[in-house]
Amino acid sequence: MSDIAHDEQVHETTGIETRKLAMWIFLSSEFMFFGALISNYLLFKGRPGFPEPYPSEVFDIPFTSVSSFVLLMSSLTMVLADHALHKDDQRSTRTWLVATALLGMVFLAGQVFEFAGFVTEEVPMKLSTNPAASAFFTLTGFHGMHVLVGVIMLLTLVGVSFRKGKLSTATGLNLESVALYWHFVDIIWIVIFTIVYLIK
Amino acid sequence: MANTGAPTSTIFRRPKQSSSWTDWLTTVDHKKIGIMYGYSAFFFFVLGGIEALILRLQLAGPDGSVLEAAEYNAMFTMHGTTMVFLFVMPIGAAFFNYMLPLLIGARDVAFPRMNALSFWIFIFGGIFLYSSFLFGTTGPPAGGNLPGGATDASWLGSTINGGWFMYQPNAGPRFSTGTVLDYGSIGLQILGLSSLIASVNFIATVFNMRAKGMKLLRMPVFAWMTTVVAFLLLFSLPIIAVALFMVTFDRQLGTLFFDTFQGGDAILWQHLFWLFGHPEVYILILPAMGIVSEVLPVFSRKPLFGYPAVVFAGAAIGFLGFGVWAHHMFSSGITPVAQAAFGLATMTIAVPTGIKIFNWLGTMWMGKIKFTTPMLFSLGFVALFVVGGLSGVTHSIVPADWQQTDTYYIVAHFHYVLFGGAIFGIFAGLYYWFPKLTGRMMSEKLGKVHFWLMFIGMNLTFGPMHWLGLQGMVRRTWKYPEEYNFGTWNMVVTVGAYIIALSIAVFMVNWIKSKRKGVPSGMDPWDARTIEWSIPNPTPEWNFGVNPEVQGLDDWWHRKYDDDEEGRPVRKADADAVIAQFHEQGVNPPAPIHLPSPSYFPFIAGLSFLAIGYGVIYHTRGWGLPLLIFGVVLLLSSLIGWSLEPIEEEHEEVHA
Amino acid sequence: MWFRSTRRALRLALIFVLPLTLASCVGDAPLDSLDPQGPAARQIDNLSTPVFWIAGVIMAIVWGGMAFALVRYRDRGQAEPKQIHGNAKLEVLWTAIPIILLAGLAVPTVQTIFDLTECSTDAMEVDVIGHQWWFEYQYPEEGITTANVMVIPAGQEVCLNMTSDDVIHNFWVPKLNGKRYLVPGQQTTLILEADEPGEFWGQCGEFCGLSHALMRARVRAVDEADYNAWVARMQQPARLPIDGKPTEESLAEAGLDQFQGICSTCHVIDGVNELDNPVGPNLTHFADPYRNVFAGASLETTAEHLAEWLADPPTVKPGSFMPDLNLTTDEIDSLIAFLLSLDPTKEH
Repeated sequence: MSDIAHDEQVHETTGIETRKLAMWIFLSSEFMFFGALISNYLLFKGRPGFPEPYPSEVFDIPFTSVSSFVLLMSSLTMVLADHALHKDDQRSTRTWLVATALLGMVFLAGQVFEFAGFVTEEVPMKLSTNPAASAFFTLTGFHGMHVLVGVIMLLTLVGVSFRKGKLSTATGLNLESVALYWHFVDIIWIVIFTIVYLIK
Repeated sequence: MANTGAPTSTIFRRPKQSSSWTDWLTTVDHKKIGIMYGYSAFFFFVLGGIEALILRLQLAGPDGSVLEAAEYNAMFTMHGTTMVFLFVMPIGAAFFNYMLPLLIGARDVAFPRMNALSFWIFIFGGIFLYSSFLFGTTGPPAGGNLPGGATDASWLGSTINGGWFMYQPNAGPRFSTGTVLDYGSIGLQILGLSSLIASVNFIATVFNMRAKGMKLLRMPVFAWMTTVVAFLLLFSLPIIAVALFMVTFDRQLGTLFFDTFQGGDAILWQHLFWLFGHPEVYILILPAMGIVSEVLPVFSRKPLFGYPAVVFAGAAIGFLGFGVWAHHMFSSGITPVAQAAFGLATMTIAVPTGIKIFNWLGTMWMGKIKFTTPMLFSLGFVALFVVGGLSGVTHSIVPADWQQTDTYYIVAHFHYVLFGGAIFGIFAGLYYWFPKLTGRMMSEKLGKVHFWLMFIGMNLTFGPMHWLGLQGMVRRTWKYPEEYNFGTWNMVVTVGAYIIALSIAVFMVNWIKSKRKGVPSGMDPWDARTIEWSIPNPTPEWNFGVNPEVQGLDDWWHRKYDDDEEGRPVRKADADAVIAQFHEQGVNPPAPIHLPSPSYFPFIAGLSFLAIGYGVIYHTRGWGLPLLIFGVVLLLSSLIGWSLEPIEEEHEEVHA
Repeated sequence: MWFRSTRRALRLALIFVLPLTLASCVGDAPLDSLDPQGPAARQIDNLSTPVFWIAGVIMAIVWGGMAFALVRYRDRGQAEPKQIHGNAKLEVLWTAIPIILLAGLAVPTVQTIFDLTECSTDAMEVDVIGHQWWFEYQYPEEGITTANVMVIPAGQEVCLNMTSDDVIHNFWVPKLNGKRYLVPGQQTTLILEADEPGEFWGQCGEFCGLSHALMRARVRAVDEADYNAWVARMQQPARLPIDGKPTEESLAEAGLDQFQGICSTCHVIDGVNELDNPVGPNLTHFADPYRNVFAGASLETTAEHLAEWLADPPTVKPGSFMPDLNLTTDEIDSLIAFLLSLDPTKEH
């Protein structure tokens, strides 16, 4: 139920809950956002003549695979949290929400560690090394920020559930919408991982 | 229904309705938000107009010496930026905000607090942008020298000055030293966020908040155009956001996206900018097209000719608008295949545009035309937009565009569509819906003076520009020499600009007078067709006393009129009684209505963007980084507080 | 009422518009894109002129239709109009006709794009490099570097290979062709050809900073004999002042000393100095009769203008990379004498 003015009946002309609808609409915009960032990287990644190193030369694929797996698992825990809410099991919901947030934070820690490695290499790769590096850090940096925002939303949900005694539909923030967002962030990572890291 | 009992113990107590000026700071009512958008946008319109008047003084004659080069570059940049981002877009938002729920039979938008947030982000973004006059610095390009050994331009020149389009690398760190273009890139980023949030809100509203029976193809055309614009915003804003981040990072963090000395790509900026920039121009024009589609039928006393065609044409324009961006780049060195493809794509947009124009003509044809002020402006729209549209088609003839691009011929084109089009449409809407806002009518006499002055002034200003452009006058040019022979027509242009300014003054007088002492409008003063006129004027706080049930297109009209055997309308016997009944239930709703409670959080969240903006620009100074962190923390905590705040506080019964 | 005053207003408008139109037709516009003087510009003009006419006709139809409707169907107290909702046949008609019209225009449009994209194989090459705020011209085959005035043989296709040294600029000589960007880090191409000898003016079209308005171009087309003579003298080193000559030359000699002391860090004169990446234009034959403009082709090459420029370049061209060198009047006079002596057609 969205927060509009109403009398007794609230209608949702499409039949989809309005906040979830809004999240779908917002995420379609985010597709364009990441699409532009990815295109940008694709444009620069293969351009010859830049000072070394190119991003593809410094990747540690095994490490990044592990952190990708961690993020994938966090989508699983998110599904479990959603499932628990539908069964009205508040404790399990909280547990799975915390688990999702923790896994997200592990992923972020992995990103920070990876980036720290890049800038402290013998021939470091920094934002200003070459345009491909600029594009790489910008793309993955924005993804990381999206994960961070997701973690904050998850923890807020946990907080809401404690304050109110239970997660309800009265407040604006809504578990299903956050779940949608979280899965989106995960899917984007899969795309980034494939295009940026795996494909030569 | 939400009633969680105990009020939330937020840092501030939840504001109550109607407590003086804080009412406006905390309101979530779409009508009040629309009014705030409207007045703010008009204020920026006047500022943007003054900037135009100043630069027209500089260009009135050859070798002008009214402005320095730096001041001229600032004036033309701010004129464009202000008009596009701080006037036309927000006044579109003003109309969407105020009118959309009324047109679809809703009590508010889907997310009232988010709606307020859009407004506050916009206003703080505008303030941020204009504060560059006070705080911004702009030096010569690295290695260059300003007159008199100055290190910074005068205050009039110390504002955003890279053109509204900020082509790289000229608007990058190497060639635009100082902070003004940081104000520009960050300011636009903030404004973009405001529109993005609003677009999500409006799409959700149109999808989910329609009254019973209000099927999509029964919605008024303006509601349709709002929807198409929202989708255009949704998909184009992320791209400019990426581009602006790239510029900001180039300027602040040393990234190399557009630094051509180190491998960056100058043309990449143009692609990204115009991928947004072209849908943007349809964002600017479609609302006005929607307004005209509402006004023409009312004052022709006939339905809109070809409603489905007009709706689908609008959607087609929006869709096709994503495929033509490189027509702004025909001379940039893109391949001939690309030029041909984008040229052809651009030609196709002429087709749905023509469909709309012909359907508007069909609406007038065999009508019974009343020349009220809103009608005059709508007719002006059609006549002037056609000129702009046709010059647009001449641009799509690519080799011709190689001569036309970057000249005043282009300036003529877009001013005919944006001024003759969008602005005339906006004034049509302001005169038409003034009664909904105020319960009074604007003066028809002053309205006609406004119209004719504006029509003449506008043609005097932008007509000669076609000629000037073809005679070789390039854009963004601080001065021109005597030998170019541009002086005569430039003087005409300048005179025309001042006539436009006079017409705006007439409008402002009309607005203020009519608001106070205009003739009371009563119910349905125009004998109109759509449901926003089925409620009293001014609009009650709850919009509809009873949720409407819509039975077809132009539902309100069909409650007053039947068609006879010839198809001519015959007023129903009980029409007056029906109107009176609607008036009564509008003024005295039969059942209690709950309105969403006001909230401080949108205001605070909007304010935090100011801190963030200044923090980013000055992050290398001692106080900059703490300010940035403070802004982020303020934003996050206001959002979290918001999400903890219930939708309604207790029962706020508006009607006992 | 409104109708009568409209008539009056229209009459007034006509009274103003007509003389102004005539006034502008009288003067000569050096950048007139509707006055093609070369094959490329003419091909564009042949395409755009009919398009302008078609657009005019369509505008007349729409305005005429509107004017008719507004008069014929204005409210005169007649019966309420029939509530017509639309007409499918009309919709098809006014969708199909524009499509057909545009398809008709599309064919010559695409044809002309491809015609004017590639230079022909027997074109001569000139490189154009954009700077803030002047155009540099290099003739790779002939080994010439110059600025502000491009000399070309009339009736000969010239292929311009263009780039920029700093920001995006635009090279536009309207009477000879449309415009093309000069992009840093990239190459663009433009065909240039003049039918007959003459002087053709140009302007930078892309906003490039503070002195964008002052970044101009001149193309001088000359007949073949004159062109060959020009090439020959441009390939010579500079005409330098010789010891022990009358006052004019001794002033120029002092100017040469000044050049070597002050100017040679940014400017090159062949026979005097060499630079790897000169910031300023090559001044070797600065006073050649064909090179009649300087400062980004925004000033005629006269002693008066040179004095203005040398006294304070940033005031003449805001943002100028040439600073105010605080030259004394004497220094300026000798520099002017020196610069004006750099005329390869003069005898020693």
